[in-house]
Amino acid sequence: METLIIILAGVLVTVATYLILSKGVLRVILGTAILSHAAHLLLMTMGGLKKGGVPVIGEGNGIYTDALPQALILTSIVISFAVTAFLLVLAYRTYQENELSQLARGLKDE
Amino acid sequence: MVSIQLAIMVPFLAAIFIPFLYKKLPRIHIGWFVLIVPTALFIALARFIPAVAEGKTFLHTVQWIPSYGIHFTTYVDGLSIIFGLLITGIGSLVILYSIYYLSAKESLHHFYTYLLLFMGAMLGVVFSDNLMVLYVFWELTSISSFLLIAFWYHRKKSRYGAQKALLITFGGGMAMLTSFFMIYLITDTMSVREIISSIDTNHELFIPALILLLIGAFTKSAQYPFHIWLPDAMEAPTPVSAYLHSATMVKAGIYLVARFTPVFGSSEVWFWLVSSIGLITLFWGSFNAVRQIDLKALLAYSTISQLGLIMSLFGIGSIAHQLGVSENSIIYTQASFAALFHLVNHSTFKGALFMVVGIVDHEVGTRDIRRLGGLMAFMPVSFTIALIGSFSMAGLPPFNGFLSKEMFFEAVVNVSQSSIFSVHSLGLLFPIVAWIASVLTFVYCMIIVFKTFLGPYHPEKLEHGAHEAKIGMLVSPIILGSLIVGIFIFPNVLGDYLLRPGLASIFPSFPLDEMTKPISLWHGFNPALFMTIGVVVVGIIIFQIIRRRKSLYFPPSKWTFDQLYNSTLEQMEVRGFRITTLYMTGSLRDYLVYIFLFLIASVGGIFIFTDAFTFDLSNNAPISIYEILIVFAMLTAGIAIIFAKSRITAILLNGVLGYSIALLFVLFRAPDLALTQLVVETVTTALFLLCFYFLPKQEKENSPQKTKRMNLIVSILVGIIFVSVALSVHSGKLFETISAYFENAYELAGANNIVNAILGDFRAFDTMLEVIVLFIGGIGVYTLIKLKARKGDENIENQ
Repeated sequence: METLIIILAGVLVTVATYLILSKGVLRVILGTAILSHAAHLLLMTMGGLKKGGVPVIGEGNGIYTDALPQALILTSIVISFAVTAFLLVLAYRTYQENELSQLARGLKDE
Repeated sequence: MVSIQLAIMVPFLAAIFIPFLYKKLPRIHIGWFVLIVPTALFIALARFIPAVAEGKTFLHTVQWIPSYGIHFTTYVDGLSIIFGLLITGIGSLVILYSIYYLSAKESLHHFYTYLLLFMGAMLGVVFSDNLMVLYVFWELTSISSFLLIAFWYHRKKSRYGAQKALLITFGGGMAMLTSFFMIYLITDTMSVREIISSIDTNHELFIPALILLLIGAFTKSAQYPFHIWLPDAMEAPTPVSAYLHSATMVKAGIYLVARFTPVFGSSEVWFWLVSSIGLITLFWGSFNAVRQIDLKALLAYSTISQLGLIMSLFGIGSIAHQLGVSENSIIYTQASFAALFHLVNHSTFKGALFMVVGIVDHEVGTRDIRRLGGLMAFMPVSFTIALIGSFSMAGLPPFNGFLSKEMFFEAVVNVSQSSIFSVHSLGLLFPIVAWIASVLTFVYCMIIVFKTFLGPYHPEKLEHGAHEAKIGMLVSPIILGSLIVGIFIFPNVLGDYLLRPGLASIFPSFPLDEMTKPISLWHGFNPALFMTIGVVVVGIIIFQIIRRRKSLYFPPSKWTFDQLYNSTLEQMEVRGFRITTLYMTGSLRDYLVYIFLFLIASVGGIFIFTDAFTFDLSNNAPISIYEILIVFAMLTAGIAIIFAKSRITAILLNGVLGYSIALLFVLFRAPDLALTQLVVETVTTALFLLCFYFLPKQEKENSPQKTKRMNLIVSILVGIIFVSVALSVHSGKLFETISAYFENAYELAGANNIVNAILGDFRAFDTMLEVIVLFIGGIGVYTLIKLKARKGDENIENQ
């Protein structure tokens, strides 16, 4: 199971990297969002999957899944949400002011 | 007796007060106050002479950085007192001369501040016993020399010359510093005296330290091929040229060689490098001096040449260290003695010549040989001094240059017959090169005298009519001129009181009385005398030929070291710019590619080199059919995003990914995560859609095919790295998790939900800061949207 999830996360990282390297601003932001998905999956997997019940005391037979990675992921989700929201608004404002939705190709081409 | 530390500090202290005096007393030429400093120091140092002549040395230490073994230690012995007297003595004369040379319109306070700074630094160089302190003063001389060369900073050539001198001497200074570190590693001490006794000649750093030290000495003393800065330094005011670039600073390298001869002198490399570079410089300097048309440039090349002479004599003298104390080594210690003698002589006649050239320039308005001539009748005193100085430099009697030139010839003849250091047939080159260089020296000395003061007088070529200089300007050259004659008549006074103690510092383990003969050998017919006669005869013939041809101007050669220096500087700038623009493209994508490639190379490289791949799948949890379905859906969605033509497809596919992860969280027993993920994904997707409403239609990714392929390769490699790291980490569990502790959530925190207990109790700091992040994000979004430059305040940022 863990191997499968790791490979899935690896594919997501590949997709995210590819998107980040492209020109459209929206694609870059999508890439960062997908990258954070992959990171969350990795965090989850590193703690071991399905080692026990839901980490709520009183549920199941007293063996719980590792709760620490879950707490970490929860924090991370919120932070990446804040960053994504900010990036999106930044993209919106950039377009509004400069009519640019593509990243510049470089100094040499201008 | 005055403490040497104080003597070194006095010029620095005086330099501080110069600007105040200059402002307070505008009527008196500030140079008169400055003159007190070197004169007083000269007298103070001269009082050391009797004691030093008896073989006494004075050591005094002031702690500076004791934890690193760096003490401000001064050491007075024969060698340092010679230099100390030269610095203060010629310093006094130069300052006296400069009072009349520089008009009150110049920024005199700058000039004298720099000059005093230089004087203090130079005294520091020669009296320091500690390597690091020596280096500090060494660089101070470079800096103050830089400031003095560019004194007329509005001239382009001054700035060029100053920059050149700074770059070359600093480069050499760095080499010297490296050498000092190596010496410290070999001997474990920073004190020069202790180094002499504890040097290990078989240490592997011995030869590198030797070579780097010599690079430092050669750059400072304008030895081939580092001599190129000196002619350009002639843009400085003439008192500076006379002081720094003939009598003192350029001898700092020679001082270094003399000081370190007891340390490195027994090595064959030292002998060959010092003597051969010295001879090459001697020849090259005199050869170039003949073709100069500017008197100062001529003197610059002649300085280079004479410094090469002194350097080669110190090289020959180092053979004595190899031979040890014996009858045979006397001829080699005599070479070092000649070097010290010529060092003093050179300071006298070169100082005088520079001052005379300055007088000519000052009174007539040009230094160009082609425009000068027939000044003898107008400037008899200057002419006399120029004659004395030139003939002394050419090595003619009855001037002091004759004595040291004879000793030089004797030394090179001796070394050619030597059997040590596999000299054999190469040794014959020594007297031949020395002789040719002396002929050329004779020729340019004739040029100085005859082209300037004799021949026809051309008033129409001069800026103002020729007349003799003011008496004040002539005092210093007259004193130097009388010293030239005085040393010739009484050479042994100088020899006994200064040169012999100086020799004792170079050969500390030698019995002094046997090693030095009194300077009286100008009687008698020896090979050296015949060589001198040959020099005069051939020199006169060559001078006549040059005069007939009426042309001193050889075609300027293209392959000079100047050319090399200039093109190196230029190429460094051009190439540097080219390389920078090559990788600093301004494109975000390129920088990201660098970052990803570095990640791949470093992490992948470590993986391959340490063989860190470990894949252990035995610990895996079982897979259920739901999970396979979800993973399959995510893989499809993820890959489809890349190929999505429209933005809406891409955003919705991203939504699919987000919700699938929420489902995975459900399967992985993480209810809180699933909940949050669902909410956040919904909001994010909504935001994406909102933005996209305001953005234009997605343009097709029109990057070239090559770029796309590169992107794909980079992304796949990053993915592979990610997977192999994750798998290897997951396979190698080092210790149990600490999460068992958090399972006591109820007892410790009164909570049933462990995840929430961690967030709100065990690790609440994270949560607090995460809230702040969200808060800042919100404010950021708000300000971005709300705060806009209103019409009319568009330049709000530029105000």
